[in-house]
Amino acid sequence: MHIVVCIKQVPDSAQIRVHPVTNTIMRQGVPTIINPYDLFALETALRLRDELGGAVTVLTMGPPSAEDSLRKAMTYGADRAVLLTDRFFAGSDTLATSFALAQAIRKIGETWGAPDVVFAGKQTIDGDTAQVGPGIARRLELNQLTYIAKIAKVDLVARTIELERRAEGGTQVLSSALPCLVTMLEGSAEIRRGAFADALRAARAEVTVWSAADAGIADLLKCGLRGSPTVVKRVFAPAPRAEKAKPIEVKPKARETADALIDALFEAKPAMSAELEQLAAGL
Amino acid sequence: MTDAPKPAAAPSRAAMKKELPEHFKAYKHVWVMVELERGHVHPVSWELMGEARKLADKLGVEVGAVVAGAPNAGTREAAAESFAYGADVVYLVENPILAEYRNESYTRTLTELVNAYKPEILLLGATNLGRDLAGSVATTLLTGLTADCTELAVDADKSLAATRPTFGGSLLCTIYTLNFRPQMATVRPRVMAMPARQEGRIGRVVEHAIALEEDSIVTKVLKFLPDRSSQKSNLAYADVVVAGGLGLQSGENLQLVRALAAVLGGEWGCSRPCVQKGWAPADRQIGQTGKTIRPKLYIAAGISGAIQHRVGVEGADMIVAINTDKNAPILDIAHFAVATDAIRFLPALTEAFRARISPHAKDRLAG
Repeated sequence: MHIVVCIKQVPDSAQIRVHPVTNTIMRQGVPTIINPYDLFALETALRLRDELGGAVTVLTMGPPSAEDSLRKAMTYGADRAVLLTDRFFAGSDTLATSFALAQAIRKIGETWGAPDVVFAGKQTIDGDTAQVGPGIARRLELNQLTYIAKIAKVDLVARTIELERRAEGGTQVLSSALPCLVTMLEGSAEIRRGAFADALRAARAEVTVWSAADAGIADLLKCGLRGSPTVVKRVFAPAPRAEKAKPIEVKPKARETADALIDALFEAKPAMSAELEQLAAGL
Repeated sequence: MTDAPKPAAAPSRAAMKKELPEHFKAYKHVWVMVELERGHVHPVSWELMGEARKLADKLGVEVGAVVAGAPNAGTREAAAESFAYGADVVYLVENPILAEYRNESYTRTLTELVNAYKPEILLLGATNLGRDLAGSVATTLLTGLTADCTELAVDADKSLAATRPTFGGSLLCTIYTLNFRPQMATVRPRVMAMPARQEGRIGRVVEHAIALEEDSIVTKVLKFLPDRSSQKSNLAYADVVVAGGLGLQSGENLQLVRALAAVLGGEWGCSRPCVQKGWAPADRQIGQTGKTIRPKLYIAAGISGAIQHRVGVEGADMIVAINTDKNAPILDIAHFAVATDAIRFLPALTEAFRARISPHAKDRLAG
């Protein structure tokens, strides 16, 4: 079984700061990590491989430094890694990104065998769009299976897959066919600690680095800024609110403070008392 | 997975892309994809209808609602509701294949409708259904799609200005799809206000037959397992929300948050780090990557209020922050602040509310 896992190297969002004067993102020194949602996809892929045999190829598009994340993925146990990197990809929106990744997956298929399943995370923590997975599925005409909580069964002979998909108000139990694209839900698998042997292997392993040309991308007009239908015109900081919070004096007894808070609330919003009574009564 | 802004190169590019290609000039009207599942319309569709109405009025065009589903599975009711919430035209597709949401059948349906009736703007909810569908449709049509918008406006040149948070919510960016149609955007539930429902408002229904064969759809829904109502959270639509953060120091202490929410007849939630620590399930997370809430009262206990969290709660009418740190960022958006330890304070607040608003609450809880 050949599985491709798409990952993205993202800035650790918890550590991003905005410059107080220029209002621009201070990226320097912000550590990068594998997009946390992608780890659930990687773990699920590794489990499938461990169970059914085959290989896991991790793929990312990004700057040369994204090799760090690919190597990290190999310490978890991925068999090989491909970095798609080229200045022509700069400024790609989700449509251009899915074009480039789809081409790279085609090339991976030609090189190491067509993938049975392509995995992606639910979304990234920096872009938050959840659009690239579906974009890849569409371009490669893979059966698209998003927000998957569990893969129940893969039958490599019948080329079928059964899974559980998170939907509004419940779970869809689906059957579909290989090849497919699966985006995994967070919490769907507990992420392993990489084995020591894998860590050693990852440190020495060679990451395959492809330019646009290497990946067989001929039409550069579909890449980067030129291939992106969306244009970012303006980036700005949200307007801060004029007034700060009104402090409630903390009294020695917590209950007195609580009553003071409720007094202040009901004074500010006289209707609230009646509304809360109705809610509490379950009306 | 990149939606990274490109501010440096953007202005020249934007100027370059001014002229809309001739064949896209026929694209008119603002559409909303109505999320109808098992007879129930997701409220985000009506929130979008309110936004679509405003955009259409500015553009001087119609609001179209796409209603798709199996025959007699709530489709007619959804069409009538679409009019009540502001639609002028309903594009109605009824086919047994559309009984359950599946990417393939819905992508083909929506793509065909867009190609046939040519809307200039297409809005979808940023729900699992909407995001699954929007990404496929935009890629099929090779057009631009902006996710999780917090503001939609029409520019002087009539293009859609879609504003969304970026970099975890620390900045906002405004995104345009200048050269392609339709201009697509998704909006998360509760980000936009629910418009007033106008009883008796009617419009045109355009019935569109779609040639879909069950044999041609690979993915099958074997069964649907509804969530047990007891575990289903109504967080996004609750009138009162009480949430806890790392200041509670342990997952067990989230019980204090749950107890207060119960007395107030509200829902409970938590900040992202609590979910990451495994204190609470992901559907209780409030913030940019969790739920957006718009309650009448929001009580944040031991939550510092990272931007990530703030963008999800700013729509609340009244925000109370309980936090020992007098400089916590949550105080920038809270209306009232209590600088005390939430673990000690929450039980007292629960008792105080119990006494003030629901004298019989004790009996009910006991029963």
